[in-house]
Amino acid sequence: MLQDKDRIFTNLYGRQDWRLEAARKRGAWDNTKELIGKGRDWIIDEMKASNLRGRGGAGFPTGLKWSFMPKDSGLQHYLVVNADESEPGTCKDREIMRNDPHLLLEGCLVAGFAMGATKCYIYLRGEYIRVRERLQAAVDEAYDAGLLGPNAAGSGWDFDIYLHHGAGAYICGEETALLESLEGKKGQPRLKPPFPANMGLYGMPTTVNNVESIAVAPTILRRGAAWFDGLGRPNNAGTKIFSISGHVNNPCNVEEEMGIPLRELIEKHAGGVRGGWSNLLAVIPGGSSVPLIPKDVCDTVLMDFDSLREVQSGLGTAAVIVMDKSTDVIKAIARLAYFYKHESCGQCTPCREGTGWMWRVMERLVTGDADKSEIDKLFDVTKQIEGHTICALGDAAAWPIQGLIRHFRPEIEKRIEEASISRSIAAAE
Amino acid sequence: MAVRRLSPNQPKEPFEFSEENLAWAKEQLKKFPEGREQSAVIPFLWRAQNQNGGHVTQPIINYLADMLNMAEIRVYEVATFYTMFNLAPVGEHLVQVCTTTPCWLRGSDEIVKVCKSKIAEKQQTLSEDGKFSWMEVECLGACANAPMIQIGDDYFEDLDEKSMEEILDRLAKGEEVKPGSQTGRTSSEPVGELTSLTDPEVIQGGAK
Repeated sequence: MLQDKDRIFTNLYGRQDWRLEAARKRGAWDNTKELIGKGRDWIIDEMKASNLRGRGGAGFPTGLKWSFMPKDSGLQHYLVVNADESEPGTCKDREIMRNDPHLLLEGCLVAGFAMGATKCYIYLRGEYIRVRERLQAAVDEAYDAGLLGPNAAGSGWDFDIYLHHGAGAYICGEETALLESLEGKKGQPRLKPPFPANMGLYGMPTTVNNVESIAVAPTILRRGAAWFDGLGRPNNAGTKIFSISGHVNNPCNVEEEMGIPLRELIEKHAGGVRGGWSNLLAVIPGGSSVPLIPKDVCDTVLMDFDSLREVQSGLGTAAVIVMDKSTDVIKAIARLAYFYKHESCGQCTPCREGTGWMWRVMERLVTGDADKSEIDKLFDVTKQIEGHTICALGDAAAWPIQGLIRHFRPEIEKRIEEASISRSIAAAE
Repeated sequence: MAVRRLSPNQPKEPFEFSEENLAWAKEQLKKFPEGREQSAVIPFLWRAQNQNGGHVTQPIINYLADMLNMAEIRVYEVATFYTMFNLAPVGEHLVQVCTTTPCWLRGSDEIVKVCKSKIAEKQQTLSEDGKFSWMEVECLGACANAPMIQIGDDYFEDLDEKSMEEILDRLAKGEEVKPGSQTGRTSSEPVGELTSLTDPEVIQGGAK
């Protein structure tokens, strides 16, 4: 189990003061000037060596992403922080921003410097109004202390952070949709290439990173890549905030080591599954977009990118949604199908039409008002949507349904049979 | 995708930012490079919606299009795309109930039931006293504190039928309500003894 001394977010629960002075005592903004003094290449190499993989869901190596920014473009570079936390099950960035905001701000400065950006936008989801107020207060404090602005933290680098917000659109968590939204348009994803590192915000070189990826950077640089890489498992390094929700006794956020067994995570920190481990039905291990895994997989699976991929699921945002045996699992996934239907931006036909179609079939599977052959048809349609859209929302809508069919087909068939029996009884009466 | 259109009943009078909001707007525009004023459209629509008592109207769209050098249709697109913009009047207390799977697993059906009995059977309709309306929304990102709702700027978390009824009753009487967890949690820590972040040196500082 991870020791407190190896935790990065030491005020995750907000039991201590979030303000600058207290944050400094916990280690934030310590030696920032020296870190920056080591130069752009050192920072990027160190981030690469730490093997940090992006915490927003896709798990792309963060250091590598930073290195894609052009070196001497002569253009305005931007760092954009994706704080549009909207993936169902995920509630970690909110805690970082309201309880440990200075870790994020320091991370912005270090990351911005490493990619040659003097300007940074933090894009929060519109609903996080109180979080935005808190974060703005932290930004103001940092400016007053000379940690942001001209010659930020005495580093010789000028750096400005601006907060911006959306207004309720899940799709704006997709990086290019976020950039569109930041430019004052509908949040519809852009075709890639060109990638944001070459043509991002206002057509300038831009890197978009998740809040957690940026907020862990200063601590990694202070303690060294080897420390971070020594935690977790090979290719799945470091610590991660897990959001545990659903049918557990004590839902919570907790920072743990990557690769922790799912069962240990739930039993140690979330008070166990309601009614005991044997009462577990299934878990969605990485936010609503990843396929669920049934109990027998949950018994042994480790919580990291590669382990979860081996069981045809994914770590995603590490949002663990637990379902006990009382759950109508078909309804749980149908509700997610509705979510994706609601949140599709409407740009690509397979997603716009497909998410609605899948949801309508899922609703009939909930009541059993369907034919068994429709299960295969539904599975086939998910495969028609997956990989055929500009962004990953189409995939994200398809995967939960695929997971359901893969693991709970007998359940779906049983419901169809029962419904057909009760229909014939009703007809006979 | 959801089809969203402006309410057919639109005010005739033009809209204008209040003096305070206009000063705020001028400050906001400094965040963006010259010629990129359009970037401010979402925060401005949000501010205008609040000034207008909770919903966006055609005069607001016209006003902001003019202010930000945008075609009206571009502002209209934004207003109809983003679901936090209400396109018809809402109650003074707009109760937004998260019903996405993590909240549903923890009993958001009960919360919806309370809204139906205390506010209105149908969502997005005004209560009898005209003070409330409610709507189902998608995941609000506080899943470890489910079920939860948003009223105005605040989240109310760790709800059950009883605490939900109490919040609505207090608001109806004009009494103060306490945002955040309704069961006394600070944020999203596990209930009971903490399972992490207990080392005083780490949480208060001293350890680097």
